[in-house]
Amino acid sequence: MMQLKCPWCGLRDESEFVCGGTTHLIRPDLSVTDATWGEYLFFRDNPRGVHLERWRHAYGCGQWFNVARHTVTHEVLSVYAMTDPPPAHS
Amino acid sequence: MASRRLPQPAGTWIDRSHPLSFTFNGRRLSGFRGDTLASALLANGVRLVGRSFKLHRPRGVWSCGVEEPSALVDIGQGARRTPNVRTTLLPLAEGLAAESVNCWPGVGFDVGALTGACAALLPAGFYYKTFKWPSWHWFEPAIRRMAGLGRAPTAPDADHYEEVAADTDVLVIGAGVAGLAAAAAAAGAGARTLLLASGAQVGGALSWGADPEVAALAASARQVGVRIQLRTSAFGIYDHNLVCAAESVSAEGAADLPGCVLRERLWKIRARAVITATGALERPLLFPDNDRPGVMLASAAHKYAQAFGVACGRRAVIAANCDDAYRLAAALAAAGVEILAVVDRREGAAPIAGAAGLRVLTGATLTAVHGARSVRGCTVAPLGGGRGERLHCDLILNAGGCAPAVHLHSQAGGKLRWVAESAMFVPDGAAPGLTSVGACAGVLAHAPAVSHAAEVGEALARGGVPPQAPVGGAGRSDAITRVPGVRGKQFVDLQNDVLAEDVALAARENYRSVEHLKRYTTTGMGTDQGKTSNINALILMGEYTGQAPAQVGTTRFRPPFAPVTLGTIVGRRVGALYRPLKRLPAHDWHAAQGALFETFGDWCRPAAYPRTGETLDAAAQREAATVRKCAGLFDGSPLGKLEVYGPDAARFLDLMYVGTLSTLRIGQARYGVLLNENGTLVDDGIVARLSEQRFWVNTSTAGFERTAAAFEEWLQCEYVDFKVLITPVTSRWANVTVAGPRAWEWLAKLGFEAALTPGAMPHMSLRDSVWEGHPLRVLRASFSGELGYEVNLPADHAAALLARLWAQARELGATLYGIEALQVMRVEKGYIHIGTDTDGTTLPGDVGLARGVERKAGPFVGRRSLLRAAARDPGRLHLVGLVPLDGQTLLPVGGQIAPNPPPTLTEGHVTSSYLSPELGVPVALAMLKGGSQRTGEEVRVHHLGTIIAARVTQLPFVDPSGARVHG
Repeated sequence: MMQLKCPWCGLRDESEFVCGGTTHLIRPDLSVTDATWGEYLFFRDNPRGVHLERWRHAYGCGQWFNVARHTVTHEVLSVYAMTDPPPAHS
Repeated sequence: MASRRLPQPAGTWIDRSHPLSFTFNGRRLSGFRGDTLASALLANGVRLVGRSFKLHRPRGVWSCGVEEPSALVDIGQGARRTPNVRTTLLPLAEGLAAESVNCWPGVGFDVGALTGACAALLPAGFYYKTFKWPSWHWFEPAIRRMAGLGRAPTAPDADHYEEVAADTDVLVIGAGVAGLAAAAAAAGAGARTLLLASGAQVGGALSWGADPEVAALAASARQVGVRIQLRTSAFGIYDHNLVCAAESVSAEGAADLPGCVLRERLWKIRARAVITATGALERPLLFPDNDRPGVMLASAAHKYAQAFGVACGRRAVIAANCDDAYRLAAALAAAGVEILAVVDRREGAAPIAGAAGLRVLTGATLTAVHGARSVRGCTVAPLGGGRGERLHCDLILNAGGCAPAVHLHSQAGGKLRWVAESAMFVPDGAAPGLTSVGACAGVLAHAPAVSHAAEVGEALARGGVPPQAPVGGAGRSDAITRVPGVRGKQFVDLQNDVLAEDVALAARENYRSVEHLKRYTTTGMGTDQGKTSNINALILMGEYTGQAPAQVGTTRFRPPFAPVTLGTIVGRRVGALYRPLKRLPAHDWHAAQGALFETFGDWCRPAAYPRTGETLDAAAQREAATVRKCAGLFDGSPLGKLEVYGPDAARFLDLMYVGTLSTLRIGQARYGVLLNENGTLVDDGIVARLSEQRFWVNTSTAGFERTAAAFEEWLQCEYVDFKVLITPVTSRWANVTVAGPRAWEWLAKLGFEAALTPGAMPHMSLRDSVWEGHPLRVLRASFSGELGYEVNLPADHAAALLARLWAQARELGATLYGIEALQVMRVEKGYIHIGTDTDGTTLPGDVGLARGVERKAGPFVGRRSLLRAAARDPGRLHLVGLVPLDGQTLLPVGGQIAPNPPPTLTEGHVTSSYLSPELGVPVALAMLKGGSQRTGEEVRVHHLGTIIAARVTQLPFVDPSGARVHG
């Protein structure tokens, strides 16, 4: 069970949070093909390494924030706001 | 009697002034306080404890600890029955009743031993090859009955369990000399230090010797503030240095326990740094029939003699593969066990000092063990072959070498390194967040272990890098100990009856990777998890495939290290606390009215209010009929309620919903559906405008939390510049619903104001009002299809309003109604229930909401998905009504619609189905392929072998003009 540092509440157990999956997704507009739309909906990168994802402190303050997490070691490299640009990890 | 109690001063852990009595297989025996069940059995000369898993071989006590594979028993009765308890760890308690497992009728005469006679038919993986004709299913029940060891309890666990969270700077796991030294040093350097000892004493492998060094280390640890937690066994390490441990609190199996005790406590410990000092296990030698009762681990015999005052036999032969065997031989001789010989398989091994007077054979091994239920002797011979010599021993001690307990290190992701000289795996450096000290780090020499541990403790306390472990001191041990060219079964894994020849079989059949070896032969898959077998198995696989043990590698180490009681993991989350249900604010009032409560999602709600002798279905029919004829009272408080507020609230709701909400006038309401990005229906509800910037949003009861969460996600992650606040208010407002032709008449009796009359307040509108000083938000809406008022008022006053309305009910002929009646009425009206009539594929057009999509100008969630070709396919499933042709048979929910019996492609299924009190016939909703073009068609509904003919109808079944809602 990991610990995540909620930007507002501090270090809490993983069970207080809900993971929202990959972050920084860009929605294509209505004019794209069905295939492109399907890729946006259903295809995600699954890196063995640093993954940028978003989490919500569902059983705490309810706020969303971004996390850079290593998918193998679960090392949390950084926590940053929804509106911040992606950090320069690998 | 081969094994017996020794006289004092042997037995430093037992208290001879406190005898205890217990039973084993019904036989009354006695021991002392401080004994384990295993030591007490041995003291009473009991050699035969159980029968092995597959071959039903007679088995006895093999070890003196957590690694025990054979001496497992069931204890207790009924709810307190615990299966597969290791006798080597179970403290003896007064009145303990233990039974052997896996034998019938008894451990002495076991019918299952016939399987042993058929052993040749039952090699590893036999079930992949045999018992297949005519069908595996003929044999499967019998084979499954034979599998397993003990028998499970027959009633829910009556005891309780706790969970405690702890936070510390340094956590030390293991209270042997290395652990004590590390903990004392860490605390001395200023760290908050917690030390876990799995047993009742500190001192680890030296704890029974009254060693002054142990006492001094323990005292100094306590003095510098180390917190020592006894009887607490760490079983797993998880992400971010979370260590879980199980603390044993009350006496297992004692006859005089009260009805419910605190049995165990789960510790969840977060530590900045973790130190493991978990010691080392023994790796046994292989030789024929090395599983017989009377064959034991050498260190175990030593511990039984010193700590428990039990001699495991009178005349022992020690099968040796390490220098430590000689120290054990000397110690046992001093304790009163005659050592006939030390049979050392290592060529050129020199007996160490202190072994004077011992007969030593080098380059030799055991080639046979005599005695099936109890060792009577053995035959030893030189390794290269040659004449065997028979030794008349009654105890064979297995001193095969050292196996550092690297489990927690490996769970934490640490790597292992093979030390060829001593044939053992040691940690290859530290694991992330976890450092090993002492024997588990491969430091077997005493002084270096203590000093290295202290250095590690201090370094970690200061946040520095711990020094490397000075691995060594285990001496020389042969890796491969299998005896070639002799008859007899050489057991690798005692618990699962895996033989050396099974490993050879796996290699021959190409199951060569260590993970395949494990699963094909089941070695290491028993309750002991291969603690004394995994390494021998991989060494053997290496021998058969020409690889070094390091190349074969180990299987993945997973928690728990040892079996953990399920109750300990569950803690207090049992019974009503397992899934706490939400209750209506007026729950007690409903109960007083005779409500039949059922669980709907997370809520406990009245399904109906049956009269005496009335079934639920009959009550629902009566209630629905009364609502349509007169009026009914319903508690809709669980319905989701949100306030959406802000300058951008209207714009936001237009983005979320298929419909357009921004055009609502103040006080006007509209039904809206929510889609996900894939275009599927996920929720629905009525939205009303309270003011220019404030909206009252109803969601479905089940969808409330996910809809509120979805709105938050959109606002916080995507539309970050929108000025909108979402406030969940479901529990703040109760919802008292009055429905039926006389609904307004009923409310008027209580003085509800004239502005709410049907003439003044149209259907689908919302008005603020007041009743007896309480603020109301009254919504004219209807899920029943009748004139309906949803009166929202502060939750605390729901019961008062319900009671006042109910007091007028008899005069009107009105009824209370529950969820079942509401479902009957909404199906009569063809209203969908998201999640019942829809699933993860249902699009708005499938349920008749296509016009809403076409009319909507702007973007909304899911819009793009509705443009896909598949979304416009006329052959999609559409919502239709169904009526059985015979006018009588209730169509089963889930019934498949198809022209032919199976196997066939289906055309749809029934989603909701009830008897209609209004029409007197059963009616159903269904999803049917191309259904919108098939009105009037006859279809066949299939269910569990029956076929029901039905006709496709238009919806709704009742009041097609929809005039009734207007009142």
